[in-house]
Parts: sequence; C-alpha cells; structure tokens
Amino acid sequence: MSPAIPVPRFAHGSRVPGWDDAVDLTKDPAVIPDPATTPVPDDLRREIESSMAKYPDRRSAAIPALHAAQAVHGYCSPEAITQVAAVMQLTPAYLTSVASFYDMLELQPRPKHDDVYICTNISCSLLGADELFDAMVAAVAGDETVHVSSFECLGACDIAPMASVNGEYVGPLNADDPQQILEDLRAGRPVLPNKQIRYRRSVDPGVRAEHDQFFAPDHSGRADTAGLSDTDQATDRLGPPAPIEIPPQESPPPHPEQT
Amino acid sequence: MKQILFDRIDEPGLNTLEVYERRGGYQSLRKALGMPREDVLASLLDSGLRGRGGAGFQMGRKVSFLPQGDMEKYLVCNADESEPGTFKDRELMQKSPHMLVEGVIIAAYAGSIRRSFIYIRGEYQLQADILEAAIAEAAEAGYIGERILGSEFSMSLVLHRGAGAYICGEETGLLDSLEGKRGNPRLKPPFPAIEGLYAGPTLINNVETLATVPHIIRMGGAEYAKIGTETSTGTKLVSISGDVKRPGNYEIELGIPSREIIYGLAGGPPSGRDVKFWFPGGSSSPVLTKDDLDVPYDFDSMAKAGSMLGSGAIIVADETRRVLDTALKLAKFYAHESCGKCVPCREGTNWTHKMLARIYTGEATPMDLDIMASVQEQIIGNCLCVLGDAMAMPIGSMVAKFRTELEAEIEAARERAGGADSDEVVGLGVADEHAGPIPVH
Repeated sequence: MSPAIPVPRFAHGSRVPGWDDAVDLTKDPAVIPDPATTPVPDDLRREIESSMAKYPDRRSAAIPALHAAQAVHGYCSPEAITQVAAVMQLTPAYLTSVASFYDMLELQPRPKHDDVYICTNISCSLLGADELFDAMVAAVAGDETVHVSSFECLGACDIAPMASVNGEYVGPLNADDPQQILEDLRAGRPVLPNKQIRYRRSVDPGVRAEHDQFFAPDHSGRADTAGLSDTDQATDRLGPPAPIEIPPQESPPPHPEQT
Repeated sequence: MKQILFDRIDEPGLNTLEVYERRGGYQSLRKALGMPREDVLASLLDSGLRGRGGAGFQMGRKVSFLPQGDMEKYLVCNADESEPGTFKDRELMQKSPHMLVEGVIIAAYAGSIRRSFIYIRGEYQLQADILEAAIAEAAEAGYIGERILGSEFSMSLVLHRGAGAYICGEETGLLDSLEGKRGNPRLKPPFPAIEGLYAGPTLINNVETLATVPHIIRMGGAEYAKIGTETSTGTKLVSISGDVKRPGNYEIELGIPSREIIYGLAGGPPSGRDVKFWFPGGSSSPVLTKDDLDVPYDFDSMAKAGSMLGSGAIIVADETRRVLDTALKLAKFYAHESCGKCVPCREGTNWTHKMLARIYTGEATPMDLDIMASVQEQIIGNCLCVLGDAMAMPIGSMVAKFRTELEAEIEAARERAGGADSDEVVGLGVADEHAGPIPVH
C-alpha cells in the first residue's frame, strides 16, 4: 500500500483550529453591553430596532441585525457584535454563536470587495463548473478587490454553470465569461446583462405557447423589479413594518442571560 | 395539459399587484374568506395536495393537526430552497410572488393563524426583494393586516432572510434559525404542528405547496384531485438540469412517465448520448438508471422504484460521466453542510467523503465499498433530521448499482499510484485539509 498522506495539522499539533488558545479564567464572560455607554450608529440602531419589532421574540432579529451590522462594518467584527448586543440586549457570546453558524456572516476581517460565488455543486460541475472556477481564479489573480469562492448549490441549475456576482445570478457561463465579469465589475456596470437570471424566460412549452412575446432584457422594461430602484438591488433592505401589536402580557419573556 | 402554477407566468409585470389582480388574483382569497374555515380545510383535504418540499405529506392533514382553540399559532413558508438541483421556487417567487402571498393568507385562514413568516434563503436576493415589494403591495391593498377584506380574520406576514445554511431548509432547523439561533434540528416528536415556532403550533409548508392553495380554492378540492393520479394529485413543478438539452422548470401532471420529462420536455442528453443515471428528486434521492426511465413520475411509483419524488428536481448524467465524481461532490456537500449535532451524520458524511477521496489516490481497496455501504446503513434513521440520510441514500444506491464501475476505478487508481509518487491527490481539487486521506489504524 502506498504511503498515507500526512494529516494537515495546525501549529499546536491539533487538527482543530484554536483548541488550545489560552482562556483567561480570571475574566468573567462578556456581559450584555450597557446601551448607555455603547455608541451605536443611529441608522444601524434604527434598522435593528425595526427588525426586532417584526417578531414576537426579539432574538429572531439576530440574523437581520448581524447582516445590517456587517453591512456597516464590513464583517461581524467584535465592535459590530457589541453594538448589536447593546441594541438587542443579548450577550456577545450568543450573537457570535449565531454568526459563526451561517456562511453569509463573516467573522474574519476582510477588505471591501466584490463577491463572486461559483456554484460547483452536482449540476454545475457536470457542465464544467470546476474548470470555470479555476478560470475565474486565474482571471482575478492578484486583484484583491474581487473575492472568488466556490459555493454550494445556489438554486439556478437551469443556467449551469453559473455564478452569483454580488448577488446577481448569471449563466450559463463559458470560458470567456470570467474575463468579462471582471471587466464589468471594474467598469461598475451590470455584470453580463444578457445572462442574468432575471431575464430568463420559462422553458415550459405550455408557457411559451400562451405567451409568444417576452419582454426584452433592457433595464427600463424590467417587469419583475417593479417598485424597486436600481440602487437597492443588492442590499438587504428592511421590509415594511408588519402590523404586529404585542399586548403587554404577551411581551417576550426575559432572556435568562438578563436575569 | 393546462398549466396551473405556470399559467402565463412570463407575462410582463405579473409580479405586480395590478397585473396579478387583473388576471383574477386574490379572488380565491375573497372566496375563501366568504367560506367557513372548516370548508376551506375540507377543500384542502379533498384536493389530496401533498407537500412539494420533499417529504410529500398531505398538506390538508397537516393543517388539521393544528390544535383548535385560541392560542398563538404560526405559519412558516419554507422558501429556503437549497436542495442541489432544485430551483422551482426561485422562478415561482420571482415571477409570481403574489400567488405565494395569497396562498399563505388562505392557509393561515384555514388554520386560524395570525402570524405568518416566509423564510427565504439569503442567496435569493432578487427574489427576496421582489417578494418584499409584493408583501408591501398586498398589505397596502388590505390583503394583509387587521380585519382582512372586512372579515374577522387578521394576519401579519414577515419575510425573513436566511444567511446561508442548507440545514435551515429542514423544518425544525428552519424554526430554530427563525427564532434567531443556530439552525440545529430538533428532536421530533413533538412535531411542529404541536410545538414549533416559539413553542406554538406551527404549520410549515413549501413555497410550491402554498402557491397551489389559491388554485385549489378556485377550482374546488375535488376538481383539483382529478388531476394527476389517485394518490399523487395535481401538477408538479419539475426542475430538470444536468446533461439535458433544455434545462429548466416544467409544470407536469403527476404520473406521466419520467421518460416524457427527460426526453420529451428537456430533450434528453445532448448529442444523442444515453442516460447513465439520474436523480429523480434532488440530490438526496437514490439514483435511478436508464432502466427506470419508464417509471411514472409520482410519489408512490418513485417510492416503489426504490427512490423518491423529493423536491421534484431531476438531475441527469449521461453515459460519459463517472459515478465517482458525482459521489464525491455529493459527499463533500453533505459533509460541509452537516450541522454536527448528531454523530452518525457528522462522522458518517465526513468519513464517506474521505473514503471516496481515497479512491482517487489509489489507496482504496474494493473492501472499502463494503465499509462505505455499511456506513450508509448506520446513518439512515439514526439522526434527528434526514440530512445524513440525504447523503446515505444516494451514495448507498450508487455503491449498489455501480459497484463494478467503482471497483474498476479503485483498481485503475491503485495501478496508477503503484508506479508514481502517490503523495499527490488527483482529481477534483480534493487536496484540501478536510479531504486528506488519513490512515485507518
């Protein structure tokens, strides 16, 4: 039998990152920050508070709140977590546990950049997503303002192989498209407008028979984005305030960490 | 066949209230609110509508399981469409969001639910924006809020965006995530209908299921049940992708032969190649081969053929594909997405991935296939949720159906590795720290 490949290990000899990071046992765990002494940008506070108002239990707003804080700070920095914790009256540990679970919430510092997710799941990889991913990585080599990562199924196998560029789905992509994506990003224009999913017509013959004409993919005639302006396409906006009234006796029970 | 969900779905502006109403939108809601709750529920039961998310449980029965009485009950629409190969809800929400909104309101009325949520996956930004605009329009028009259309019924609807986690598509994982926690699945029972969101009775349904509700009310449950087969009523959106000429979403009547979908609608594999294997219901369903192409596409026939209808996502691989590549992709995906709560799933997915990666390096022996098969058996049914099963079933079926091919792969790789320096992992970029084969002693 051939020699086994060594198991990658971290400097401390374990396969688990950070398992032996020193813990200061003399220090108490971080408590819920005092809102009076924790500065929070007004916009962020408003956004978090209106998120909390939508749910019977304010903790439900943890993900929207962390999203909002991430938009302000670039990632879920300790400062961002503290600010969310102060507004939501939760411990920083609780919010960190949530942030670390989800792929779209970042705990590592990162510069401002464009995100290119290439789907490399089954359908896309059957149609050449792995090669596309390599080509995209090669195309952006050395450019730190574009961050390329392979992603699990993004739910657009009909346009495989595809990518999500700053949230905009484009596909099917060929070998020339990575370069074009990069050029479009640098020029600040919509990425591959002819390949965006918002313009994709249904393939079902039953639909086609009933509707011969399909609106041309031009920006003025975007039927499926009515009521939305161009600028807020890619941002996580707040919904309309839902008509929820919580009678006093039904207000959320105090969180155990508060008592 | 007449399209129901996809009826003129490409009509420009269908996402706006104006066009939707012009086409008769929200008339079903008016009709439902004019009926006693029990009659709406009876319609849902009569329709025989089965859940379109994967499990195929009867929707009307789910509603009837909700406890009666004056308590805080919840409706959650599962729009966390993450099953590899599935993209039907995306098109539905993007092109006809009001259909879903109307369905949610009617279903909430049937279950006397006052608070509803739509949990949409974070990656669907365009669809979430469109849905949010639709909800705002519907609220302004008085379809959502206090005393809807002058009736005694009030309901709120909140769109909740996820943040990227496959496991949140599992209903109890989704509930935890919606409560603002890590999306870990819960032990069942109690089922969500008894104790779900905020420990209240909760109705959870897929986007397609809820979007069908207005049509059931419009047509009448018994009329709807005439479509499809006796136990799989209605139409189904099928997402077909992979090696086919015309990938996309098709609305089909349940019970038509699978061949008609793969060859008739999607055009079959390009260049006249043969189908080698296909997933009938998303990547979690056991694979079928070209011998199964004539199986009728409905819940029971698929189960009888040893697979499942699942979310209705067909992935086709033609004869030029290696089973091993797809198996490795699958295992890697589930190992990454396992939440880590249950040992059989956390370790089983990880080990399966490592054992498959080992085949590429020439370190595997044919005996590994037996071990792999036994690992799959030990995952199935032993976890809180079915994420582990979702890997174990397709991988198990691949090992069983393509054993000869996998054995040949193992032998070929061993021969290659025998002469060369075998420290290099060949293949699909698996040489990352999670995939490094490790000694088994």
